[in-house]
Amino acid sequence: MLEINNIYKTFNLGTINEKKALNGADIKLEEGDFITVIGGNGAGKSTMLNAIAGVWPIDSGSIVIDGNDVTGLPEHKRAPYLGRVFQDPMNGTAATMEIQENLALAARRGQRRGLKWGITKSERTHYRELLRTLDLGLEDRMTSKVGLLSGGQRQALTLLMATLKKPKLLLLDEHTAALDPKTAAKVLELSDKIIAENNLTAFMVTHNMRDAIVHGNRLIMMNEGRVILDIKGAEKKKLTVEDLLQKFEEVSGEEFDNDKALLG
Amino acid sequence: MYSLIPVLCVRDIMSLIRALPGSAAQGLIWGIMAIGVFLTFKILDFADLTVDGTLGTGGAVTVMLILAGYPPVVAVAAAMVAGILAGVITGILHTVLGIPAILSGILTQISLYSINLNIAQGKANQAVSVDAYNLIVSGRDNTHTIIIVAAIIVVIIAVLYWFFGTEVGFTIRATGCNENMSRAQGINTSVAKVIALGFSNGLVGFSGGILSQYQGNFDVNMGRGAIVIGLASVIIGEVIGESIFGKKLNFSGRLAFVAIGSIIYYVVIQFVLWLGLPTIDMKLFSAIVVAIFLAVPYLKGKSKNSYKKAAKGGA
Repeated sequence: MLEINNIYKTFNLGTINEKKALNGADIKLEEGDFITVIGGNGAGKSTMLNAIAGVWPIDSGSIVIDGNDVTGLPEHKRAPYLGRVFQDPMNGTAATMEIQENLALAARRGQRRGLKWGITKSERTHYRELLRTLDLGLEDRMTSKVGLLSGGQRQALTLLMATLKKPKLLLLDEHTAALDPKTAAKVLELSDKIIAENNLTAFMVTHNMRDAIVHGNRLIMMNEGRVILDIKGAEKKKLTVEDLLQKFEEVSGEEFDNDKALLG
Repeated sequence: MYSLIPVLCVRDIMSLIRALPGSAAQGLIWGIMAIGVFLTFKILDFADLTVDGTLGTGGAVTVMLILAGYPPVVAVAAAMVAGILAGVITGILHTVLGIPAILSGILTQISLYSINLNIAQGKANQAVSVDAYNLIVSGRDNTHTIIIVAAIIVVIIAVLYWFFGTEVGFTIRATGCNENMSRAQGINTSVAKVIALGFSNGLVGFSGGILSQYQGNFDVNMGRGAIVIGLASVIIGEVIGESIFGKKLNFSGRLAFVAIGSIIYYVVIQFVLWLGLPTIDMKLFSAIVVAIFLAVPYLKGKSKNSYKKAAKGGA
């Protein structure tokens, strides 16, 4: 479903702030994979996600989604394949537009937009049903501006929008990091539910090791712009936070030694 | 001697009242421009300074085409097309060439000064007389002007109401609100911006075309400060609309209040001139009015939520 082939990205090339953010990242996702991505600050987790979404072009390597090479496509042309939820709840929705209008925008992701009505009557009924499944009472506030919603409500709405048109790949970028623990748990539960019900392929970046273990069928760890650990299936089910910390030290320690050896 | 004062006052008030239809007519014509400013400033969140040039472009195109023998209706249609082109150029400067929004507008505006003079065959002023041509509106008949322009505004509002309810209209609204989200939803935000700027400046060019007929000439300075008048109308209209209807005002209502804001602006200007404000100070006065209206919401928020208040323990 997703192939990331040896991608590289350096920011601020040739300046004092030069940063090799992706350093030969390589990964393949099968259809239905729900992969969680962890790693320290600056490990390249979000950078990899942004590379997939096409926020900027990569320096080398290729990105293939469902057999389509999207490496050369700008962000809005990759949108047909991708559902996205951002870290900042303000980012995924248009605050000055109504709840139903936001959903209508999402329903047309990847379609040519013309001079037909931006939202139709039959859509409204459909959205009402969908919003009811969130159990947040939003079905009675369809004409409210999204700016009036709380962060958790907005994130739940964004999740619904991202999956309204079934994406080839769902990208979740630390989408619960800005929420309080209770709301975060609820949004994660909702994410699980939506992914399972629609049998989506998903890519979730998180800071929380426990979340990374509990959710999804596969876990990768990134360090210095590379995937350093890939744990699947039964092995992942047995994983504990302690295991993960230990592995993190093991692997990143090894990396460190390797670098030293190279320099020496 | 003493009995003369009330007589003077009465005559004075009469002169103000006599000036009102003219203010209303002018306000409505500028109201079309203000609706254009509303599209960029409020919906696209883009302070577009192109309009100062576009208004003159509309005037120049209209007057020169009428002088060349084209029907006034064709002339204002051409003025609208010229306006759209100006907006598209600002949009390209901003989206393709990466020039900041305000600067893109200023660059187009400055270049339009030369272009407008070229259209007017090098003259800073070109007259078109209502006696010689069958103009759509004229300053000599304010009632006629008010009816015609009000009808035009109704049509414009209807078209915009429809357009911003379409899929393309949605992309412009989303782009103005949240570009990240728009791109994630597959919207080409550059295209959306260019369309909105084209639409906006098309209205401004059209407004310039009507204005030039109303005043009977094209003047190279006719658009100077247009953005300030546009913003004043948008803000006055918004404040008044919200004070009457609250936040419930729908899109077409908001547009209608922009036009009403423009009328009020011209009535106020007429009033302060009547009070004795020298004409040369008018632009200073306009700028101060707009500055106050822009500052009020900010200061209001600040007074509710200030350090001073915090220091006093919220008292």
